[in-house]
Amino acid sequence: MAILTLRDALNQAMTEEMIRDPKVFLMGEEVGEYNGAYKVSKGMLEKFGPERVVDSPISEAGFAGLGVGAAMVGLRPIIEMMTWNFAIQAFDQIINHAAKMYYMSAGQFSVPMVIRGPHGAARMLGAQHSQCVDHMIVNIPGLIVVSTVIPKDAKGLLKSSIRNNNPVMFLESELLYGYEGEVPDEEYLIPLGKGDIKRKGKDITLVTWNKMLLLSLDVAQKLWETENIDVEIIDLMTIQPIDEDLIFESVRKTHRLLVVEEGWGVASIGCHIVDRVVKECFDDLDAPPERVFNHFVPMPYNKTLEAEVLPTEARVIQSIKNLLYIS
Amino acid sequence: MKITKQQCIEFYKDMLLCRRFEEKVSQLYVQQRFGGFCHLYIGQEALGTGCLNAIRKGKDYVISGYRDHTQPITLGMDPGVVLAELLAKSTGCAQGKGGSMHMFSKSLRYLGGHGIVGGQVPLAAGVGWKIAYEKEDLVILCFIGDAAINQGQFHEALNMCAIWKLPVIVIIENNLYGMGTAISRTCTLSSLADRAKGYNMRQAVIDGRNVLNTYTQMLEIVEETRKTCQPILVEAQTYRLRGHSMSDPGHYRSKEEVENERNNDCLKILENHMISQKIAQSEDIESWEDWAISEVEKAVEFASTSPEPELSDLYSNVLAP
Repeated sequence: MAILTLRDALNQAMTEEMIRDPKVFLMGEEVGEYNGAYKVSKGMLEKFGPERVVDSPISEAGFAGLGVGAAMVGLRPIIEMMTWNFAIQAFDQIINHAAKMYYMSAGQFSVPMVIRGPHGAARMLGAQHSQCVDHMIVNIPGLIVVSTVIPKDAKGLLKSSIRNNNPVMFLESELLYGYEGEVPDEEYLIPLGKGDIKRKGKDITLVTWNKMLLLSLDVAQKLWETENIDVEIIDLMTIQPIDEDLIFESVRKTHRLLVVEEGWGVASIGCHIVDRVVKECFDDLDAPPERVFNHFVPMPYNKTLEAEVLPTEARVIQSIKNLLYIS
Repeated sequence: MKITKQQCIEFYKDMLLCRRFEEKVSQLYVQQRFGGFCHLYIGQEALGTGCLNAIRKGKDYVISGYRDHTQPITLGMDPGVVLAELLAKSTGCAQGKGGSMHMFSKSLRYLGGHGIVGGQVPLAAGVGWKIAYEKEDLVILCFIGDAAINQGQFHEALNMCAIWKLPVIVIIENNLYGMGTAISRTCTLSSLADRAKGYNMRQAVIDGRNVLNTYTQMLEIVEETRKTCQPILVEAQTYRLRGHSMSDPGHYRSKEEVENERNNDCLKILENHMISQKIAQSEDIESWEDWAISEVEKAVEFASTSPEPELSDLYSNVLAP
């Protein structure tokens, strides 16, 4: 197995799929000559030419919509958003067009496209470049939403997303493009809609995704070493649809649920998971479920304030202790 | 470009069918046989018929806004299937899931009626992208209302069509009003086609009231676009004789203006032409009238007797397999 960065794993996924299927093309700001704002598409222009690796004007709504139209008539676009903050410009195309086309045409026009890019806060980027939109787009029927940062997962999931016949929103992380991990040499796919247990444990079920996975793994390791608390971590990977069975099964074993999510906590994915678990596993629960999420403020620029807005190690540990009634 | 007598007759029959169809739709709406919004094409038939006969039907692509009941009929859809969609029946062209603003037909390459003003223009650019990508000998017609020229997505899409040389024909159906707001109040240009100048794009103004002119001008535009793979912005001048939608009292325009336009009705223009040129006699007109009315009655019969969708259809077509 090779050690690859998240960036290179994503690059491999796109490259392999573009070799496999001539109907796949990549479009977005700076994806070609600049090699990608975060170098995810490095070398692809050279490999596939300007017809298939396309530098777009700064028109997120426009080129997202172009992707929808091209997908309706049989191409399979990968649309790169420089960040999901900018994709908000394209929400009309994502929500009103991509998500609804298959349904409102009664199955006549599907939209096999991927919109991908970094999601969530990076470091001191300020309010307009640091937000999470995942909880908004998981609430739109007709979209599949993937959110992942582990190189092996990202590659397998992106390949599946490109082959999927629906609009797949693919959320990465700017801070973790350089994050390394083992990636199998042979070809593989990871199915959409399935979560993955990243750490087996017996005391608590911690559900998370994207870069909060890394925070959660660190906390779990620390608590295991210092307090013998054994946290089971579920990495959702796909956040629409959610692998509910995996969560229920784990909660029925641990009897305790914590959701750690980046982003605001009002009507969030964590809210939804807690609602589902309370409904389906009520008698299994030994403590009220806990959630850790962002403070409900626009992201401040200041480094210390920013770190406080995001889920912190201290808040995650406190929630775990609440669940175990440890004061 | 000579238009044959037969073509003239076909255009007339198509426009007449569309007119009688929409009149029936209006009647059924007033009778509350269906709900939602309802935007009629009455007054604009020459534009639809002229443009859609200038393409290779079923091969070239068409996309539109929400004034979309009759364009599929001109392309060849059974009026009954359109009416069934309006009545929200399972036999409708979107099985009762689309409605007035969302007619679709994959086989006719009619990519929809769309309900967000200007939102279909980037989609058209995407279809143009596909045509260019696969080096096909095709074009896409994208119908928009005049008010859509003030949407950002319209501008973004025009720019992309221009920089990438996409065979997209954007047709502004200029009926002078965006809902109740005169276009002169929201755009300083005297010719809306001038919006193309900002993108160094070809432009044209065509007569959308005289179907023979519409057709002739569009035929040239379509073939030029097919040949050069260059986009074009077309302003087609027309007028809607009814309100923006069925719930529009129309206070924003004078009775005189509407009356003048009635005298300039596209159907009358063609009828007068056919009589004066001896293409048709009044008996012919009467017999086509009977034909159109019977076609509409057949549509009503089909739609009325069609079943509604099953509750079990609710979750079908959310995601593609």
